[in-house]
Amino acid sequence: MPILLHCHKGVGPAVTGTALVAADNFSARYDLDRTKGVFTRPSHKLVGQSYADRILVLDTAKGGVATAWMLHEMAARGIVPRALIFNRVNPILAQGAAFGTVTLVDRFEGNVTQLFRTGDELRVDPSAGLVEILNRDS
Amino acid sequence: MQLTNEENAMLAGEFGAVRRWAISHQIAVGEFFDAEDFAPVSQAHIMADTESLGEAGVRFLEGLAAAPEAERRVRVPTITDPRGIDFAVYRRLGQTPEMAALEERAIEALRAFGVMMTDTCINYQTIMAPVRGERLAYGDTGVVIYSNSVLGARSNFEGGPSALAAALTGRTPRYGYHLDQCRRGTRRFRLGAAPDDLSEWGAVGGIIGEACSSYWEVPVIEGIETVPDSDALKHFGAALASFGSVALFHIPGITAEEPAFAGAPVTSIGRAEIEAFLARYAARNDKLDVVVFTAPQLSLFEMEAVARALDGRRVHPDTTVIVGTSPEIKHAADRMGLTSRIEASGAVVAQGICFYQSYAHEMAEANGWTRLMTNSAKLVNIIGGYGYRPTLASLERCVDSAVAGRVL
Repeated sequence: MPILLHCHKGVGPAVTGTALVAADNFSARYDLDRTKGVFTRPSHKLVGQSYADRILVLDTAKGGVATAWMLHEMAARGIVPRALIFNRVNPILAQGAAFGTVTLVDRFEGNVTQLFRTGDELRVDPSAGLVEILNRDS
Repeated sequence: MQLTNEENAMLAGEFGAVRRWAISHQIAVGEFFDAEDFAPVSQAHIMADTESLGEAGVRFLEGLAAAPEAERRVRVPTITDPRGIDFAVYRRLGQTPEMAALEERAIEALRAFGVMMTDTCINYQTIMAPVRGERLAYGDTGVVIYSNSVLGARSNFEGGPSALAAALTGRTPRYGYHLDQCRRGTRRFRLGAAPDDLSEWGAVGGIIGEACSSYWEVPVIEGIETVPDSDALKHFGAALASFGSVALFHIPGITAEEPAFAGAPVTSIGRAEIEAFLARYAARNDKLDVVVFTAPQLSLFEMEAVARALDGRRVHPDTTVIVGTSPEIKHAADRMGLTSRIEASGAVVAQGICFYQSYAHEMAEANGWTRLMTNSAKLVNIIGGYGYRPTLASLERCVDSAVAGRVL
């Protein structure tokens, strides 16, 4: 049986994909080489890793307002995370996801960076406020 | 969300497709944060640098701007955050004509909405400071945290699309820092050492920001015995927002509102913590490629301090010094002779940009820049992701290092 986890209702379409998890934060401006689709901030736990088409699972959003435009720009070029799962986001990430039609959910019971593991196959349904872990049952 | 008749009409497209997009976007965001309704705003401030917008963002703006004028005009005074390009100096900084062309398209589109191109992240020092209780849709985290905290105004971080939407509808979803319950203090800090200069005010902001690390935390800072000036709180707030995504702080007796919270353990910050923060960025004797004074843009007083530090001196030929300020302050600095004093040293004065919003990665590659020095804690936090190795120091030490061509 897949594991079902409830969260607050999110934004964006329902998607399926592979999780990339870290107990770290996120800003499109501070952390990424958006042309190559990799984390470049030296101190980030995912430095060097590709985020394209992955379901990013991180703690929270940080820093400035640029992410609101940048998710839209990343989506237009097709080098963008498939979905974003956070413990609790700031308004910028929610605004950016809504504007860029990028799937985003937050506010789970428990810490998402521990509930999910890198490599988990996930189905994210923002309108239902639900995430399924498809490839493990414990 | 509960909508008024006018808001329902906007949603139904009775005010045109542009306002329908705007209110639809705002409802999506409002529902995400459980907003019950909308609140009217008196000003909007849009972050729309072309590095963030990209071709896709500029096309989006152009699409909206093609609507009939009555359908696209903003409903409240709307101003802009720094752009990506200063057309007078962009070639010297290694930016390209293609970047300038995209910038021109973005400016033309924004003007079509009736947006005033102020190109500033210090509008509270230069354009029109908000008043206590005033509801706003401000972009730029530094602008929001200063306006919320020092002045007692009410704004969330409004990214470019949301600030534009608020300008077009004249309102914003009522959540976050529009609500009394979100404005109470949640964390306590005690400052045991007086910061010596703006870089140290930024360092204290960085320390508290890292400790909070959430938009929803509201730090209360005690132990500040001398009233800081506007530039000190500007650097403190900008760093707090950058390192922690924090949007409101209270300094009892100094900032606009009382924290109204019941007890919490106190975290002390003293000289040792400030020194340790600065030491993270130390690079004594490294070759110095670029010194940047901005983030936030410089006030008139900061411009005067830079001019005074550079008077009669010459920047090392292998080092570039960039001084970024707002168009209003640039005009004042021109008139008062500050610009010519700064530029006599070989430094570049740029207006309407803020360095990290200006294709910093491409500038680094074009100029071979790696080691950057600044008195802005906000900038050292941001710029690592763009491939720079930043050092944080006082304005005076930055200038001495620029003259020497290496980090002193």
